Amino acid sequence: MSNATSSNGYLVGSNLEKVLKAGHFAVTGELGPPQSADGQEIRHKAAILKGNCDAVNITDNQTAIVRMSSIGAGTIVVQEGLEPIIQMTCRDRNRLAIQSDLLGAYALGMRNLLCLTGDHQSFGNHPTAKNVFDIDSLQLVKLVSDMRDSAVFASGEAFKGPEARFFVGAAAAPFADPTEFRPYRLAKKIAAGANFIQTQLVYDIPAFAVYMEKVRSMGLHEQAYILAGVGPLKSPGMARYMKNQVPGILVPDKVIDRMNRASAPWADIPKEELTTEDKKARSQAWKDEGIRICIDLINELKEIKGVAGVHIMAIEWEEAVQPIVEGAGLLPRPVVAT
Amino acid sequence: MIIAEQKPLDEIMGLLGSDERVLVVGCGTCVTVCFAGGAREAAIVAASVRMTSKLNSVPREVTDVTVQRQCEWEYLDEIKEQISDADIILSLGCGIGVQAIAERFPDKWVVPGLNTTFLGMPTEQGVWIERCAACGDCVLGITGGICPIARCSKSLLNGPCGGSEDGHCEINPDIDCAWQLIYDRLSRLGRLDALLELQPPKNWSTSRDGGPRKITRDDLRLAAEEE
Ligand code: SF4
Ligand code: SF4
Repeated sequence: MSNATSSNGYLVGSNLEKVLKAGHFAVTGELGPPQSADGQEIRHKAAILKGNCDAVNITDNQTAIVRMSSIGAGTIVVQEGLEPIIQMTCRDRNRLAIQSDLLGAYALGMRNLLCLTGDHQSFGNHPTAKNVFDIDSLQLVKLVSDMRDSAVFASGEAFKGPEARFFVGAAAAPFADPTEFRPYRLAKKIAAGANFIQTQLVYDIPAFAVYMEKVRSMGLHEQAYILAGVGPLKSPGMARYMKNQVPGILVPDKVIDRMNRASAPWADIPKEELTTEDKKARSQAWKDEGIRICIDLINELKEIKGVAGVHIMAIEWEEAVQPIVEGAGLLPRPVVAT
Repeated sequence: MIIAEQKPLDEIMGLLGSDERVLVVGCGTCVTVCFAGGAREAAIVAASVRMTSKLNSVPREVTDVTVQRQCEWEYLDEIKEQISDADIILSLGCGIGVQAIAERFPDKWVVPGLNTTFLGMPTEQGVWIERCAACGDCVLGITGGICPIARCSKSLLNGPCGGSEDGHCEINPDIDCAWQLIYDRLSRLGRLDALLELQPPKNWSTSRDGGPRKITRDDLRLAAEEE
């Protein structure tokens, strides 16, 4: 980790940094801004997440769909007394726009930043757009660390006043191809300056344990805080979709079976005879099981050395976070004095 | 080489409007090799335009000619009579050929019959793939001879991203992940160490981002003057 700490021993002093530095098992969540200018929705989601997470990621045009900007939504989240982690992708901004947005974000009180490459625009609702990718996520990590530790812009020019100081995060995809390279890519991100890491969704604990073993053998868990990604499943269909359609996510059959078993009481009823009440009850049974699986995963992740916390991705299902965090025995969230 | 493909006939007919005397100009270089705009294609396009015009009762006189290279003045000068006899030129050259005609014949209207798509090569019969984006600062020396600028969907210099799966890119299972290819090649050659080094932000000023580009070689200019 960088040596450029302030006199209080923190790089930045965000709540997330304090919780991690104090050695608590951290919990981060996710808040997806709306596809509208509705600030009220952000306040509503912030209220649901507050007290259950140490900080929440504010997504940046996630899956290349236009939404309220992460910094705009993050400003509301700050006002609501919840700590944001601003996500920033390299898809929509060049190095000029990235840096000016970072100055604004810092001035508005944001202290954590997650650096991402970004999903390709072909996935989203403006597939004919031009992309940017002036820099990539690793270069972004370096840029933000240099801003904080050397008070310089990407051009090498010095700041003309206070620098923007962020606790710098990066993502890791432990199961994406080529898998042998993934721990080295993580090392590269940490060498570039990443202070914390949030991983892609983990459902396959043994596979993740193998990855973490390699990570530990390289000493990476001592150089950055690694938060394992988890997320509650809503249905067996969602589990199968993740397994088959989303690159870099492993969903063991065991997990899919558990989801299927949750709907056993309705399994013998022919599809056309299922009433609306049946469907509602079945959906609730799936959701309850999804939450239980998520709690079990967190409990297993806690046992893996080098895992500093979890990142709960329950986008558009923020209500699930509280029961998950509570079920995993992670409430109340710690308050770390300065 | 430059790869191109023909525009749909409907679009070509729209571009020709009501001009009567049409000269279709093919090119004997890249677009001949990729079967988009050589002599054979020029004759076929001319015949299609003739037939469609006839069906729609549009009066039209269509001829075709193919030069060795549309992007050099000397070859265009060889067909200046035919060009001056036409009302409109339908170029089957790449975008450079179209512009060369426009520049050499300032009073003549010229329209493109092709979409110029990329710099690439054929990988099998009937398949062409992009290979270079002419970024002006070649990085192939560090990526094992596989271009991440043209062949990675996000032009990453420190790939692969998290979307790489089974050798293909997240945007389409038909597209190879350039970074998987780079990884495999460096791995085969025992040079994976090269991937551990952080590549700094690229200088894009040598690519189109620096504005239209121009190369001036004084040695060659002097030699031409001496001749
Ligand atoms: S690095 Fe640049 S010049 Fe080299 S092949 Fe790729 S696009 Fe072309
Ligand atoms: S999957 Fe591979 S080719 Fe596609 S954007 Fe990611 S690194 Fe580039």
